[in-house]
Amino acid sequence: MNSMSQSAAHSRVSGQSPLRAALVGNPNCGKTALFNQLTGNRQKVANYAGVTVERKEGRFVTPAGRAVALLDLPGTYSMNATSPDEAVTRDVCAGKYRGEPAPDLIICVVSATNLRLHLRFALEVRNLGRPMLLVLNMTDAASKQGLVIDLDRLSMEMGVPVVPAVGIRKGGAARLSGALDAMRIAPPEKTLSGDLHEEVRRLMTLSVTYPPDEGNILGEKIDRWVLHPVWGPCILAVLMFVMFQAVFAWAQPLMDMIDAGVAWLADTLRATLPDNALTGLLTDGVIAGAGTVIEFLPQILILFFWILVLEESGYLPRAAFLLDRVMASAGLSGRSFIPLLSSFACAVPGIMATRTIQNPRDRFVTILLAPLMTCSARLPVYALLIGAFIPDRRIGGIFNLQGLVLFALYAGAILSALVVARVLKQRDRGVEHPLLLELPDYRFPNPRDLALGLWQRAKIFLSRVGTIIVTLSVLMWALSSWPAPPAGAVGPSIDYSLAGRIGHLMLPLFAPIGFNWQICVALIPGLAAREVAVSALATVYAVGVADSADPAAQLAPLLSAQWSLPTALSLLAWYVFAPQCFSTLAVIRRETGSWKPVAVTAGYLFGLAWLAAFLTWHIARAF
Amino acid sequence: MRLDQMPSGQVAVVRQVENRSSEDPVACRLRELGFVPGEAVKVVARGPFGGDPLAVRVGMTRFALRLSEASRIILDETIAV
Repeated sequence: MNSMSQSAAHSRVSGQSPLRAALVGNPNCGKTALFNQLTGNRQKVANYAGVTVERKEGRFVTPAGRAVALLDLPGTYSMNATSPDEAVTRDVCAGKYRGEPAPDLIICVVSATNLRLHLRFALEVRNLGRPMLLVLNMTDAASKQGLVIDLDRLSMEMGVPVVPAVGIRKGGAARLSGALDAMRIAPPEKTLSGDLHEEVRRLMTLSVTYPPDEGNILGEKIDRWVLHPVWGPCILAVLMFVMFQAVFAWAQPLMDMIDAGVAWLADTLRATLPDNALTGLLTDGVIAGAGTVIEFLPQILILFFWILVLEESGYLPRAAFLLDRVMASAGLSGRSFIPLLSSFACAVPGIMATRTIQNPRDRFVTILLAPLMTCSARLPVYALLIGAFIPDRRIGGIFNLQGLVLFALYAGAILSALVVARVLKQRDRGVEHPLLLELPDYRFPNPRDLALGLWQRAKIFLSRVGTIIVTLSVLMWALSSWPAPPAGAVGPSIDYSLAGRIGHLMLPLFAPIGFNWQICVALIPGLAAREVAVSALATVYAVGVADSADPAAQLAPLLSAQWSLPTALSLLAWYVFAPQCFSTLAVIRRETGSWKPVAVTAGYLFGLAWLAAFLTWHIARAF
Repeated sequence: MRLDQMPSGQVAVVRQVENRSSEDPVACRLRELGFVPGEAVKVVARGPFGGDPLAVRVGMTRFALRLSEASRIILDETIAV
């Protein structure tokens, strides 16, 4: 089999098919910047079969006209894999990954500023015995540090071709591209079975000249502030504050614009098309459904812009360093912090941000916790109910009772997340899961890489989550529109629809927690987006939504007349946990590639919501 | 002395990395990351809560290590400055 695949690879090289090359290297070797330089936006982003490891492939043509299909493998420290990412790299390089043929050429990238660490992995790659090219990246930074590297000597001692590159500069990849034309694609001349660290030391003694004071002095100077026990957390707090300010403040005008655009489109269609079921499906189902999702796009892009900047600049591992101990008290590591914080804006980008967590179990737990962080879509519901039921009173002269209730809702969610994390991590007790996190050199984020990263996130979000949301919205619309009320019917039409009937059917389950059938009906469209529950309640109570700019203003006195205080408190408690957000469940499905975490999330949140509402209702009634 | 007990700012040389179990993946990864006999290490920062984790420099690279990870690394008593 081996000889067959080798001869197949040979004919591919000499024939017209593209050269299949794989890019490997340590994390922080500048590999992805090099990949972006080589392939530009001719990239395809997907997942590897069976795992949620991102697979990036791009194409380019060498100066001599040879087509190259380049696979960007996940960064790894060793072929002795400890995470799913690293296992993918190990198996693809060895030609053992199902559905991924062995690469014709392995391009191993090492950072010239970190040869001591990176060369060891390069030697591991060489030991695979496959055709290999060594790229010495970040040569500019190395010469700035005063390092002199003898490329010819290194190439001779390693027995593989060596090319210098500057991954972040325009044209930095041109030499690499040219070197592919010049080189003979053949297995390395040497392999070695001895101690790799010994060999690295030998190679470095022979080919590297150090400056008198070795090391990255600037980086360490910055770290003295950034990792400082007092200033470090202060800097982090300021950065986080600015970041979330940006997510809310900058995104709002864009979100309003999209909202207005979607409404305009629906109105225009409604005005021009005949008034029938198909038009309703198009405007209320497809456009309204897709609109609620697309509205999140500005928030997601701004949030990802910040995450990418923090990641590219090398700050993110420092944040994880500062918060590791706090997260460890919940059984997680510092890496879970950013996704959980993001989830206060919206769980969808938060769950997407869990990609930066390497440990699969940590990532899973973080995804399960993300919906517990009080997202911004819950605010309209909280605001409505608190305004209607909680008196605007001062407590102890300084605190406003309404504000205190809102704070209690947020604090309750965070506390329960800590408890849930402890329970979920119970069986991981005793299993040490290491931090072992590299704190890379600080770097100026490259605008081109940022733009590419944002573009890829936007594409993933719109295509995958969008299709699921549109399908579900159409279903929701159908449920609340059919069957139409009989002629001469009084009361809201939703009462006669399937959704209305389902509301009545749900009542036995929700009566013990103090909900009436109207709340049950409102919970259904609230599935598409939580804040929709407000307008749904308005519909159920036959408040003229269309005539009023602010249905909530009319709704509040109506609700306080119709509901008891325990019912309102119970609904608030329900909303702290309620899993009723299809976008969140859809993104969990996408990010984990399986329905099981979706079922677990929906199940445990539903259970908690019911329990919390049950307790709240009974305790409130006792008083 | 072990790395978790070393004062910040000092430089010491790694004697060995200890296995906590017969095939300790953490110890194995520490060696792969460059914590091998003869390498100089330096604690450059400590976490704000209880001094955990440590930021350690080995070779040209800095790593964040939890105290339990750092305690696997045994240093030579002779401290070079």
